[in-house]
Amino acid sequence: MGIKIGNAPFKERIQEGISNDFMRGAVSSAQGRMRTGRLTAAEELGDWEDWRVLGEEIRSHTLTNLDYYLQQLSDQVVKRGGKVFFAQTAEEANEYVQNVIKQKNAKKIVKSKSMVTEEIGLNAAIEQAGAEVIETDLGEWILQLDDHDPPSHIVTPALHKNKEQIRDTFAEKKGYDKSSKPEELAAFAREQLREDFLTADVGITGCNFAVAESGAVTLVTNEGNARLATSLPDTQISVMGMERIVPTWEDLDIVVSLLTRAAVGQKLTSYVTAITGTRLEEEVDGPEDYHLVIVDNGRSNILGTEFQSALHCIRCAACINVCPVYRHVGGHSYGSIYPGPIGAVLTPLLDGYDNHKELPYASTLCAACTEACPVRIPLHEHLIRHREIIVEKENKAPASEKLMMEGFAKWGSHPAAYKLSAKMARTALKPWTKDEKITNGPGPLKGWTDVRDFPAPSKQSFRAWFKSREKGGNK
Amino acid sequence: MSIQNREAFLNNVASKLGRNRLTEPVERPTYSVQPQWRVFAGQSQDELVNRLEEQCEKIHTVMKRTTLENLNATLTAALEDYNGQSIVAAKDERNEQFGLSSYYASLKEQGKDVHVWDVSKGKENIAIAEKADVGITFSDITLAESGTVTLFNNKGNGRSISLLPQTYIAVIPKSTIVPRMSGAGKHIHEANQEGHDVSSCVSFITGPSNSADIEMNLIVGVHGPVKATYIVVEDM
Repeated sequence: MGIKIGNAPFKERIQEGISNDFMRGAVSSAQGRMRTGRLTAAEELGDWEDWRVLGEEIRSHTLTNLDYYLQQLSDQVVKRGGKVFFAQTAEEANEYVQNVIKQKNAKKIVKSKSMVTEEIGLNAAIEQAGAEVIETDLGEWILQLDDHDPPSHIVTPALHKNKEQIRDTFAEKKGYDKSSKPEELAAFAREQLREDFLTADVGITGCNFAVAESGAVTLVTNEGNARLATSLPDTQISVMGMERIVPTWEDLDIVVSLLTRAAVGQKLTSYVTAITGTRLEEEVDGPEDYHLVIVDNGRSNILGTEFQSALHCIRCAACINVCPVYRHVGGHSYGSIYPGPIGAVLTPLLDGYDNHKELPYASTLCAACTEACPVRIPLHEHLIRHREIIVEKENKAPASEKLMMEGFAKWGSHPAAYKLSAKMARTALKPWTKDEKITNGPGPLKGWTDVRDFPAPSKQSFRAWFKSREKGGNK
Repeated sequence: MSIQNREAFLNNVASKLGRNRLTEPVERPTYSVQPQWRVFAGQSQDELVNRLEEQCEKIHTVMKRTTLENLNATLTAALEDYNGQSIVAAKDERNEQFGLSSYYASLKEQGKDVHVWDVSKGKENIAIAEKADVGITFSDITLAESGTVTLFNNKGNGRSISLLPQTYIAVIPKSTIVPRMSGAGKHIHEANQEGHDVSSCVSFITGPSNSADIEMNLIVGVHGPVKATYIVVEDM
């Protein structure tokens, strides 16, 4: 799939999001619950600001010394019987995984949820290698069955689907014949996927945090599918973004504690599982062949720049859960597997401005994201900086904005023109005005009135009102 | 080749960071704040058991307290709750100390299907665990704040025992309880520095498996066990 999802232009994607009533309801209620969960968990923990500072210091120290910690990690993994592949690009990572699959003559792959494997489009590469790949996270499985519908949230990927749609998908694709009760749907998934886990040749996972000092790869999950994927198949491959690492187990404690609270308000998820290399002698479960693939795919271009702190992200989605823009347009509108504020910051950095120049504008700059971030990434400042770059260096500001800015510059610098048009506005907009409101405006106003009303220009301009007020008239 | 493409990759990372590769070990800084040690600081072991019990309610986990003498009876009651006819248990040196070896033997005499993990049986252990009603392990470090049992999986305590059966029972020696995950992190960090290899799998388990992937409704019981019981045993 890759980082970019779909080819529809930004405006069309947004239109689709805004007119999807179920999705909007689901998103706003999910945002409310996850946000409340985070706030309650933070309150209960106490000293939340200290925790955030500590999280930021750990992430900042790790990124500043990233080459050292990645070297230590890879040495440790090898010491424990694993193999490590450093992949500069998505293609290199995919090719390595394809080779492992071919060598093992593997036919069935079980996978637990991983954003980086979505980013590099690993599933397509696996299928190309002639193997079947099964997503085992409940939300991801639903999306996969539904003809590879893309994820709309990084923590709850099938947020945009309701239980009736899920029941229908199960019925159509898997012959499910029970109700749309979530418990029954989940029990069906357990039963269906258990068989796949037991017969899979390879398990593939992402990595929430690697621990450099001992070579562990840690997975933070609730359903247990990552444990199954790392316990049952004889071959395991973990794919990690190169920045997803902490120096020691003491640091792991802090980032995991921040992640689970900031994501959903849990003190810890049901499972935090740390895998180190291959199974040891006489151990029965766990892989006998273990591979760690460390992926750059554009990340190193962010190092040493003013955006470096974007790599501190621990993928909790707290910023997404407070974003008023995400609330209205939903995850798919961003056209990236990383939606919301962090997606709007990261996506252009990883995939260039060309395809994603609108994203930094999908923000009100209210800074709720920055305030929510458990590792204090200044998200809204990064968004402003992106806009500056888009306008100044890349000269890629949206055409409508350019036109408007040029027009405004001319118009605003000629007092007579300004005065006249302010006076004329009411008359000019009369055909579209009803009850002092414009609901279906012409030309440039259309973009606004498509989604909300615009007040009709007042009978009296501000300047006229101010003048008459000074003379002691209408107040 | 065990490591591929490392030099070019890390050289690029260093150059983007605007410097040469780091060759000397990096000192971890003393971070400016350490709030993690203030959680439940100074609480007695009994108070920590209370904290654990409070958390168990939130994570849909039954918690029972018992003594060494009554452990068998408490386990029997827990097995009845789960209608546990087939049981898979870890092979653990504490089985003797806590009287579980003889308890498992007596269950077998009563006609229950009890399998204690046995390396000589290889993969058959997994097939047995997959069919079992209940999996039983000890907790190695217990985290009061989050209601978490920490397992250092090894050749006697297979990963499947706490994962594949329908339900899970953790035996928690009271002495293993610490305030929070920081205690476990510190322990593993220090052991690693002293040259002890960490387990091939460290499992932090917090109650039964769950998911909120369908309309954000909490579903308890997905791929891992659908129910969990903790039995805290007075051992101090």
